[in-house]
Amino acid sequence: MSETHSHDDWPYPHPKQPDIEDGPLTDYMAMTEAVAELLIDKEVFSADDMRRTLEDIDSKSPAEGARMVARAWLDPDFKARMLEDVNAAAEEMSIDAGTIPILAVENTKDVHNVIVCTLCSCYPRYLLGLPPDWYKSRAYRSRLVREPRAVLAEFGTEIPDAVEVRVHDSTAELRYMILPMRPKGTGDMDEDALAGLVTRDCMIGVTVIDRD
Amino acid sequence: MRRHHDMGGLDAGPVDPAEHDYTPWEKRVDAILRLLAGKERRLITLDEHRRAIEDLGPGAYDELSYYERWISAITKLLIEKGVISVDELGGKMEDVKARWQEARE
Amino acid sequence: MSARFAAGDRVRVRKAYPPGHVRTPYYVRGKEGVVSRLIAEHPNPEERAYGRDGLPPIAVYGVLFRQNELWPDYQGPEGDTTEVDIQEHWLGPLKDDGG
Repeated sequence: MSETHSHDDWPYPHPKQPDIEDGPLTDYMAMTEAVAELLIDKEVFSADDMRRTLEDIDSKSPAEGARMVARAWLDPDFKARMLEDVNAAAEEMSIDAGTIPILAVENTKDVHNVIVCTLCSCYPRYLLGLPPDWYKSRAYRSRLVREPRAVLAEFGTEIPDAVEVRVHDSTAELRYMILPMRPKGTGDMDEDALAGLVTRDCMIGVTVIDRD
Repeated sequence: MRRHHDMGGLDAGPVDPAEHDYTPWEKRVDAILRLLAGKERRLITLDEHRRAIEDLGPGAYDELSYYERWISAITKLLIEKGVISVDELGGKMEDVKARWQEARE
Repeated sequence: MSARFAAGDRVRVRKAYPPGHVRTPYYVRGKEGVVSRLIAEHPNPEERAYGRDGLPPIAVYGVLFRQNELWPDYQGPEGDTTEVDIQEHWLGPLKDDGG
Protein backbone atom coordinates (compact mmCIF):
# COMPACT_ATOMS: atom_id res chain seq x y z
CA MET A 1 0.00 0.00 0.00
CA SER A 2 1.54 3.27 -1.09
CA GLU A 3 -0.57 5.51 1.13
CA THR A 4 0.35 3.84 4.39
CA HIS A 5 1.22 6.25 7.16
CA SER A 6 0.96 6.34 10.91
CA HIS A 7 0.15 8.82 13.62
CA ASP A 8 2.07 8.93 16.84
CA ASP A 9 0.61 6.23 19.05
CA TRP A 10 -1.89 5.17 16.40
CA PRO A 11 -1.73 1.46 16.99
CA TYR A 12 -1.17 0.31 13.46
CA PRO A 13 -0.19 1.80 10.17
CA HIS A 14 -3.16 1.93 7.89
CA PRO A 15 -4.02 3.12 4.41
CA LYS A 16 -5.28 6.67 4.11
CA GLN A 17 -8.91 6.71 5.05
CA PRO A 18 -10.83 9.27 3.04
CA ASP A 19 -14.00 8.43 4.91
CA ILE A 20 -12.43 9.30 8.24
CA GLU A 21 -9.96 11.94 7.34
CA ASP A 22 -11.95 13.95 4.82
CA GLY A 23 -15.49 13.39 6.04
CA PRO A 24 -17.02 13.70 9.46
CA LEU A 25 -15.92 11.21 12.10
CA THR A 26 -19.14 9.63 13.25
CA ASP A 27 -19.62 8.16 16.72
CA TYR A 28 -19.71 4.71 15.18
CA MET A 29 -16.40 5.22 13.39
CA ALA A 30 -14.89 6.46 16.64
CA MET A 31 -16.38 3.47 18.43
CA THR A 32 -14.84 1.13 15.86
CA GLU A 33 -11.38 2.65 16.25
CA ALA A 34 -11.73 2.69 20.03
CA VAL A 35 -12.81 -0.96 20.23
CA ALA A 36 -9.98 -2.01 17.91
CA GLU A 37 -7.41 -0.11 19.95
CA LEU A 38 -8.71 -1.45 23.27
CA LEU A 39 -8.63 -5.03 22.02
CA ILE A 40 -5.08 -4.56 20.75
CA ASP A 41 -4.02 -2.89 24.03
CA LYS A 42 -5.47 -5.84 25.92
CA GLU A 43 -3.75 -8.28 23.57
CA VAL A 44 -7.02 -9.91 22.61
CA PHE A 45 -5.53 -9.72 19.14
CA SER A 46 -2.56 -7.92 17.69
CA ALA A 47 -2.24 -5.11 15.19
CA ASP A 48 -0.76 -7.70 12.87
CA ASP A 49 -3.82 -9.92 13.25
CA MET A 50 -5.93 -6.93 12.32
CA ARG A 51 -3.85 -6.13 9.28
CA ARG A 52 -3.87 -9.72 8.08
CA THR A 53 -7.63 -9.99 8.52
CA LEU A 54 -8.19 -6.79 6.55
CA GLU A 55 -5.96 -8.12 3.79
CA ASP A 56 -7.92 -11.33 3.85
CA ILE A 57 -11.21 -9.47 3.52
CA ASP A 58 -9.81 -7.51 0.58
CA SER A 59 -8.55 -10.68 -1.08
CA LYS A 60 -12.02 -12.20 -1.27
CA SER A 61 -14.08 -11.41 -4.31
CA PRO A 62 -16.57 -13.14 -6.56
CA ALA A 63 -13.56 -14.25 -8.62
CA GLU A 64 -13.05 -17.06 -6.11
CA GLY A 65 -16.53 -18.44 -6.64
CA ALA A 66 -16.28 -17.86 -10.39
CA ARG A 67 -13.14 -20.00 -10.65
CA MET A 68 -14.95 -22.83 -8.92
CA VAL A 69 -17.97 -22.55 -11.19
CA ALA A 70 -15.75 -22.64 -14.29
CA ARG A 71 -13.91 -25.69 -12.99
CA ALA A 72 -17.22 -27.41 -12.25
CA TRP A 73 -18.41 -26.76 -15.81
CA LEU A 74 -15.27 -28.36 -17.23
CA ASP A 75 -14.80 -31.23 -14.80
CA PRO A 76 -17.86 -33.33 -13.89
CA ASP A 77 -15.98 -35.08 -11.08
CA PHE A 78 -15.05 -31.75 -9.54
CA LYS A 79 -18.62 -30.59 -9.93
CA ALA A 80 -19.87 -33.66 -8.06
CA ARG A 81 -17.41 -32.97 -5.24
CA MET A 82 -18.39 -29.30 -5.18
CA LEU A 83 -22.09 -30.13 -4.90
CA GLU A 84 -21.18 -32.53 -2.09
CA ASP A 85 -18.88 -30.18 -0.15
CA VAL A 86 -18.00 -26.72 -1.42
CA ASN A 87 -15.46 -26.00 1.30
CA ALA A 88 -13.47 -29.15 0.53
CA ALA A 89 -13.70 -28.55 -3.22
CA ALA A 90 -12.44 -25.00 -2.69
CA GLU A 91 -9.44 -26.33 -0.81
CA GLU A 92 -8.50 -28.44 -3.83
CA MET A 93 -8.13 -25.15 -5.70
CA SER A 94 -6.27 -23.52 -2.78
CA ILE A 95 -9.26 -21.31 -2.08
CA ASP A 96 -10.07 -20.75 1.59
CA ALA A 97 -13.85 -21.01 1.81
CA GLY A 98 -13.87 -20.46 5.56
CA THR A 99 -15.23 -22.67 8.30
CA ILE A 100 -18.94 -22.07 7.75
CA PRO A 101 -20.25 -24.78 5.43
CA ILE A 102 -21.34 -23.55 2.02
CA LEU A 103 -23.84 -25.43 -0.09
CA ALA A 104 -23.79 -25.04 -3.86
CA VAL A 105 -27.16 -25.45 -5.53
CA GLU A 106 -27.23 -26.11 -9.22
CA ASN A 107 -29.40 -24.31 -11.71
CA THR A 108 -30.85 -26.65 -14.31
CA LYS A 109 -33.28 -26.32 -17.18
CA ASP A 110 -36.01 -27.15 -14.65
CA VAL A 111 -35.00 -25.17 -11.55
CA HIS A 112 -33.68 -21.66 -11.08
CA ASN A 113 -32.27 -21.02 -7.60
CA VAL A 114 -31.82 -17.69 -5.82
CA ILE A 115 -30.56 -16.91 -2.33
CA VAL A 116 -31.60 -14.52 0.43
CA CYS A 117 -31.31 -14.28 4.20
CA THR A 118 -34.57 -12.85 5.50
CA LEU A 119 -33.50 -12.79 9.16
CA CYS A 120 -30.13 -11.08 8.77
CA SER A 121 -27.82 -11.02 5.75
CA CYS A 122 -25.99 -14.36 5.68
CA TYR A 123 -23.85 -14.53 2.58
CA PRO A 124 -20.98 -16.75 1.35
CA ARG A 125 -18.38 -14.04 2.06
CA TYR A 126 -15.40 -16.33 1.73
CA LEU A 127 -16.28 -17.14 -1.85
CA LEU A 128 -18.05 -14.02 -3.04
CA GLY A 129 -16.56 -11.24 -0.91
CA LEU A 130 -18.68 -8.77 1.05
CA PRO A 131 -22.34 -8.68 0.04
CA PRO A 132 -23.79 -5.95 -2.19
CA ASP A 133 -25.92 -3.34 -0.42
CA TRP A 134 -29.14 -4.49 -2.01
CA TYR A 135 -28.65 -8.02 -0.67
CA LYS A 136 -28.85 -6.56 2.84
CA SER A 137 -31.73 -4.21 2.06
CA ARG A 138 -35.18 -4.40 3.58
CA ALA A 139 -36.71 -4.57 0.09
CA TYR A 140 -34.73 -7.63 -1.01
CA ARG A 141 -35.00 -9.44 2.31
CA SER A 142 -38.75 -8.81 2.54
CA ARG A 143 -39.86 -9.41 -0.99
CA LEU A 144 -37.74 -12.19 -2.46
CA VAL A 145 -39.54 -15.01 -0.64
CA ARG A 146 -42.99 -13.70 -1.51
CA GLU A 147 -42.60 -12.42 -5.04
CA PRO A 148 -39.34 -13.83 -6.35
CA ARG A 149 -40.23 -13.41 -10.00
CA ALA A 150 -41.06 -9.74 -9.54
CA VAL A 151 -37.72 -9.18 -7.77
CA LEU A 152 -35.85 -11.10 -10.47
CA ALA A 153 -37.58 -8.98 -13.10
CA GLU A 154 -36.15 -5.88 -11.39
CA PHE A 155 -32.73 -7.38 -12.10
CA GLY A 156 -33.76 -7.93 -15.71
CA THR A 157 -34.18 -11.66 -15.22
CA GLU A 158 -37.20 -13.44 -16.67
CA ILE A 159 -37.56 -17.10 -15.79
CA PRO A 160 -40.07 -19.06 -17.91
CA ASP A 161 -43.14 -20.29 -16.04
CA ALA A 162 -42.23 -23.90 -16.77
CA VAL A 163 -39.05 -23.48 -14.71
CA GLU A 164 -39.41 -23.74 -10.94
CA VAL A 165 -38.07 -20.71 -9.08
CA ARG A 166 -36.62 -21.94 -5.80
CA VAL A 167 -35.69 -19.40 -3.16
CA HIS A 168 -33.17 -20.43 -0.49
CA ASP A 169 -33.60 -18.56 2.76
CA SER A 170 -30.30 -19.13 4.54
CA THR A 171 -31.33 -18.66 8.12
CA ALA A 172 -29.19 -21.12 9.96
CA GLU A 173 -25.91 -22.95 9.67
CA LEU A 174 -25.31 -22.96 5.94
CA ARG A 175 -24.39 -20.40 3.37
CA TYR A 176 -25.55 -20.90 -0.20
CA MET A 177 -24.10 -20.19 -3.59
CA ILE A 178 -25.60 -20.89 -6.98
CA LEU A 179 -23.89 -23.00 -9.60
CA PRO A 180 -25.24 -21.32 -12.73
CA MET A 181 -25.89 -23.11 -16.02
CA ARG A 182 -23.07 -23.02 -18.51
CA PRO A 183 -24.11 -20.81 -21.40
CA LYS A 184 -24.41 -22.28 -24.87
CA GLY A 185 -21.64 -21.65 -27.36
CA THR A 186 -18.84 -21.80 -24.81
CA GLY A 187 -17.52 -25.22 -25.81
CA ASP A 188 -14.15 -23.88 -26.88
CA MET A 189 -13.49 -21.72 -23.85
CA ASP A 190 -10.88 -22.56 -21.22
CA GLU A 191 -11.29 -22.26 -17.48
CA ASP A 192 -10.10 -18.65 -17.24
CA ALA A 193 -12.35 -17.52 -20.06
CA LEU A 194 -15.32 -19.34 -18.55
CA ALA A 195 -14.62 -17.85 -15.11
CA GLY A 196 -14.74 -14.45 -16.75
CA LEU A 197 -18.38 -15.06 -17.65
CA VAL A 198 -19.44 -15.86 -14.10
CA THR A 199 -20.71 -12.81 -12.26
CA ARG A 200 -21.41 -12.34 -8.58
CA ASP A 201 -25.10 -11.78 -9.29
CA CYS A 202 -25.51 -15.07 -11.14
CA MET A 203 -23.95 -16.85 -8.16
CA ILE A 204 -26.56 -15.14 -5.94
CA GLY A 205 -29.16 -16.19 -8.50
CA VAL A 206 -30.65 -12.80 -9.35
CA THR A 207 -29.32 -13.01 -12.89
CA VAL A 208 -28.50 -15.67 -15.40
CA ILE A 209 -25.44 -15.58 -17.61
CA ASP A 210 -26.27 -13.69 -20.71
CA ARG A 211 -23.92 -13.86 -23.68
CA ASP A 212 -24.50 -11.39 -26.43
CA MET B 1 -45.01 -11.55 18.25
CA ARG B 2 -43.35 -10.78 14.95
CA ARG B 3 -39.95 -9.22 15.46
CA HIS B 4 -38.87 -6.33 13.29
CA HIS B 5 -35.84 -8.05 11.76
CA ASP B 6 -37.97 -11.04 10.69
CA MET B 7 -39.16 -9.40 7.50
CA GLY B 8 -39.62 -12.21 4.95
CA GLY B 9 -42.86 -11.63 3.03
CA LEU B 10 -43.54 -8.06 4.12
CA ASP B 11 -44.38 -5.38 1.60
CA ALA B 12 -41.53 -3.16 0.54
CA GLY B 13 -40.61 -1.00 -2.42
CA PRO B 14 -38.40 -1.89 -5.36
CA VAL B 15 -34.90 -3.20 -4.73
CA ASP B 16 -32.43 -0.33 -5.08
CA PRO B 17 -29.53 -1.71 -7.12
CA ALA B 18 -27.10 1.05 -6.05
CA GLU B 19 -23.95 -0.19 -4.34
CA HIS B 20 -21.14 1.52 -2.50
CA ASP B 21 -17.56 0.41 -2.05
CA TYR B 22 -16.99 -0.64 1.51
CA THR B 23 -15.01 1.98 3.39
CA PRO B 24 -11.98 1.16 5.54
CA TRP B 25 -13.87 1.60 8.80
CA GLU B 26 -16.62 -0.77 7.64
CA LYS B 27 -14.02 -3.39 6.80
CA ARG B 28 -12.45 -2.77 10.18
CA VAL B 29 -15.75 -3.67 11.84
CA ASP B 30 -15.90 -6.83 9.79
CA ALA B 31 -12.32 -7.68 10.75
CA ILE B 32 -12.99 -7.15 14.47
CA LEU B 33 -15.88 -9.59 14.38
CA ARG B 34 -13.92 -12.17 12.38
CA LEU B 35 -11.11 -11.99 14.90
CA LEU B 36 -13.39 -12.22 17.93
CA ALA B 37 -15.60 -15.01 16.57
CA GLY B 38 -12.84 -16.99 14.85
CA LYS B 39 -11.82 -20.36 16.15
CA GLU B 40 -8.63 -19.00 17.73
CA ARG B 41 -10.60 -16.84 20.18
CA ARG B 42 -14.31 -17.59 20.17
CA LEU B 43 -14.99 -14.59 22.39
CA ILE B 44 -18.25 -13.85 20.62
CA THR B 45 -20.44 -16.30 18.72
CA LEU B 46 -22.17 -15.21 15.55
CA ASP B 47 -25.40 -16.27 17.27
CA GLU B 48 -24.77 -13.79 20.08
CA HIS B 49 -23.91 -11.16 17.53
CA ARG B 50 -27.16 -11.69 15.67
CA ARG B 51 -29.11 -11.59 18.91
CA ALA B 52 -27.45 -8.33 19.92
CA ILE B 53 -28.27 -6.77 16.53
CA GLU B 54 -31.89 -7.88 16.75
CA ASP B 55 -32.10 -6.46 20.27
CA LEU B 56 -31.17 -2.99 19.04
CA GLY B 57 -34.91 -2.64 18.57
CA PRO B 58 -36.95 -1.44 15.61
CA GLY B 59 -35.86 2.21 15.74
CA ALA B 60 -32.10 1.76 15.82
CA TYR B 61 -32.23 -1.31 13.60
CA ASP B 62 -33.61 0.68 10.70
CA GLU B 63 -31.84 3.93 11.43
CA LEU B 64 -28.32 2.57 11.65
CA SER B 65 -26.33 1.37 8.68
CA TYR B 66 -25.33 -2.26 8.45
CA TYR B 67 -21.88 -1.88 9.98
CA GLU B 68 -23.15 0.61 12.55
CA ARG B 69 -25.45 -2.17 13.74
CA TRP B 70 -22.52 -4.55 13.75
CA ILE B 71 -20.17 -2.40 15.83
CA SER B 72 -22.98 -1.51 18.25
CA ALA B 73 -23.66 -5.18 18.82
CA ILE B 74 -19.99 -6.13 19.11
CA THR B 75 -19.39 -3.36 21.62
CA LYS B 76 -22.38 -4.32 23.74
CA LEU B 77 -21.27 -7.96 23.86
CA LEU B 78 -17.68 -7.04 24.77
CA ILE B 79 -18.96 -4.92 27.65
CA GLU B 80 -21.40 -7.61 28.81
CA LYS B 81 -18.60 -10.17 28.78
CA GLY B 82 -16.27 -7.91 30.72
CA VAL B 83 -13.68 -7.71 27.93
CA ILE B 84 -13.88 -3.92 27.92
CA SER B 85 -15.59 -1.49 30.28
CA VAL B 86 -17.89 1.40 29.49
CA ASP B 87 -15.37 3.83 30.97
CA GLU B 88 -12.48 2.49 28.92
CA LEU B 89 -14.59 2.73 25.80
CA GLY B 90 -15.68 6.28 26.55
CA GLY B 91 -12.11 7.38 27.25
CA LYS B 92 -10.74 5.75 24.13
CA MET B 93 -13.45 7.25 21.95
CA GLU B 94 -12.50 10.69 23.25
CA ASP B 95 -8.85 9.95 22.38
CA VAL B 96 -9.78 8.87 18.89
CA LYS B 97 -11.86 11.99 18.32
CA ALA B 98 -9.14 14.27 19.68
CA ARG B 99 -6.51 12.66 17.46
CA TRP B 100 -8.75 12.95 14.44
CA GLN B 101 -9.34 16.64 15.18
CA GLU B 102 -5.63 17.20 15.61
CA ALA B 103 -4.85 15.49 12.31
CA ARG B 104 -7.15 17.94 10.53
CA GLU B 105 -5.60 21.06 12.02
CA MET C 1 -28.88 -37.66 19.33
CA SER C 2 -30.39 -39.09 16.20
CA ALA C 3 -32.30 -37.19 13.58
CA ARG C 4 -36.06 -37.59 13.84
CA PHE C 5 -36.87 -36.84 10.22
CA ALA C 6 -35.55 -38.00 6.87
CA ALA C 7 -35.63 -36.56 3.37
CA GLY C 8 -39.14 -36.84 1.96
CA ASP C 9 -40.93 -36.59 5.31
CA ARG C 10 -43.84 -34.20 5.42
CA VAL C 11 -43.60 -31.83 8.34
CA ARG C 12 -45.39 -28.89 9.83
CA VAL C 13 -43.51 -25.99 11.38
CA ARG C 14 -44.44 -25.19 14.96
CA LYS C 15 -46.76 -22.23 15.22
CA ALA C 16 -45.10 -20.28 17.99
CA TYR C 17 -44.04 -16.69 18.36
CA PRO C 18 -41.46 -16.43 21.15
CA PRO C 19 -40.02 -12.95 21.63
CA GLY C 20 -36.30 -13.90 21.74
CA HIS C 21 -33.68 -14.96 19.20
CA VAL C 22 -35.11 -17.69 16.99
CA ARG C 23 -34.01 -19.04 13.62
CA THR C 24 -37.33 -19.98 12.12
CA PRO C 25 -38.74 -17.13 10.04
CA TYR C 26 -42.22 -15.89 10.86
CA TYR C 27 -43.58 -16.64 7.41
CA VAL C 28 -43.09 -20.42 7.64
CA ARG C 29 -44.57 -20.93 11.10
CA GLY C 30 -47.57 -23.24 11.03
CA LYS C 31 -46.83 -24.11 7.39
CA GLU C 32 -46.49 -27.52 5.82
CA GLY C 33 -43.36 -28.56 3.98
CA VAL C 34 -41.25 -31.53 2.94
CA VAL C 35 -37.82 -32.33 4.36
CA SER C 36 -35.30 -32.03 1.52
CA ARG C 37 -32.19 -32.95 3.48
CA LEU C 38 -30.67 -33.37 6.87
CA ILE C 39 -28.05 -30.63 6.91
CA ALA C 40 -26.15 -31.41 10.09
CA GLU C 41 -26.43 -31.43 13.84
CA HIS C 42 -25.31 -28.20 15.45
CA PRO C 43 -25.28 -26.65 18.89
CA ASN C 44 -28.58 -24.84 19.20
CA PRO C 45 -28.05 -21.21 18.08
CA GLU C 46 -31.18 -20.16 19.95
CA GLU C 47 -29.28 -21.08 23.15
CA ARG C 48 -25.84 -19.96 22.02
CA ALA C 49 -27.27 -16.54 21.24
CA TYR C 50 -27.57 -16.03 25.00
CA GLY C 51 -24.08 -17.23 25.88
CA ARG C 52 -24.92 -20.86 26.63
CA ASP C 53 -23.29 -23.83 24.92
CA GLY C 54 -26.36 -24.99 23.00
CA LEU C 55 -25.69 -28.64 23.77
CA PRO C 56 -26.78 -31.27 22.97
CA PRO C 57 -26.51 -30.51 19.26
CA ILE C 58 -29.76 -30.38 17.38
CA ALA C 59 -30.54 -31.54 13.85
CA VAL C 60 -31.08 -28.89 11.17
CA TYR C 61 -33.03 -29.77 8.03
CA GLY C 62 -33.62 -28.18 4.69
CA VAL C 63 -37.38 -27.94 4.38
CA LEU C 64 -39.03 -27.23 1.05
CA PHE C 65 -42.29 -25.27 0.97
CA ARG C 66 -44.58 -24.68 -1.97
CA GLN C 67 -45.04 -20.98 -2.49
CA ASN C 68 -48.80 -21.55 -2.65
CA GLU C 69 -48.63 -22.95 0.88
CA LEU C 70 -46.68 -19.98 2.20
CA TRP C 71 -48.67 -17.31 0.37
CA PRO C 72 -52.24 -18.25 -0.55
CA ASP C 73 -52.32 -15.34 -2.99
CA TYR C 74 -49.01 -16.27 -4.67
CA GLN C 75 -49.03 -14.95 -8.21
CA GLY C 76 -46.40 -17.20 -9.81
CA PRO C 77 -46.55 -20.73 -11.22
CA GLU C 78 -47.68 -23.69 -9.11
CA GLY C 79 -44.20 -25.24 -9.03
CA ASP C 80 -42.34 -22.38 -7.31
CA THR C 81 -40.83 -23.14 -3.91
CA THR C 82 -38.84 -21.75 -1.01
CA GLU C 83 -36.35 -23.80 0.96
CA VAL C 84 -35.58 -22.86 4.55
CA ASP C 85 -33.12 -24.36 7.04
CA ILE C 86 -35.08 -25.33 10.14
CA GLN C 87 -34.07 -26.89 13.44
CA GLU C 88 -35.71 -30.08 14.58
CA HIS C 89 -37.48 -28.61 17.61
CA TRP C 90 -39.42 -26.34 15.27
CA LEU C 91 -40.80 -29.30 13.28
CA GLY C 92 -43.57 -31.79 13.90
CA PRO C 93 -44.77 -34.69 11.77
CA LEU C 94 -47.69 -34.02 9.51
CA LYS C 95 -50.63 -36.22 10.36
CA ASP C 96 -52.87 -37.72 7.69
CA ASP C 97 -55.66 -35.29 8.46
CA GLY C 98 -53.25 -32.49 7.63
CA GLY C 99 -53.03 -31.44 11.27
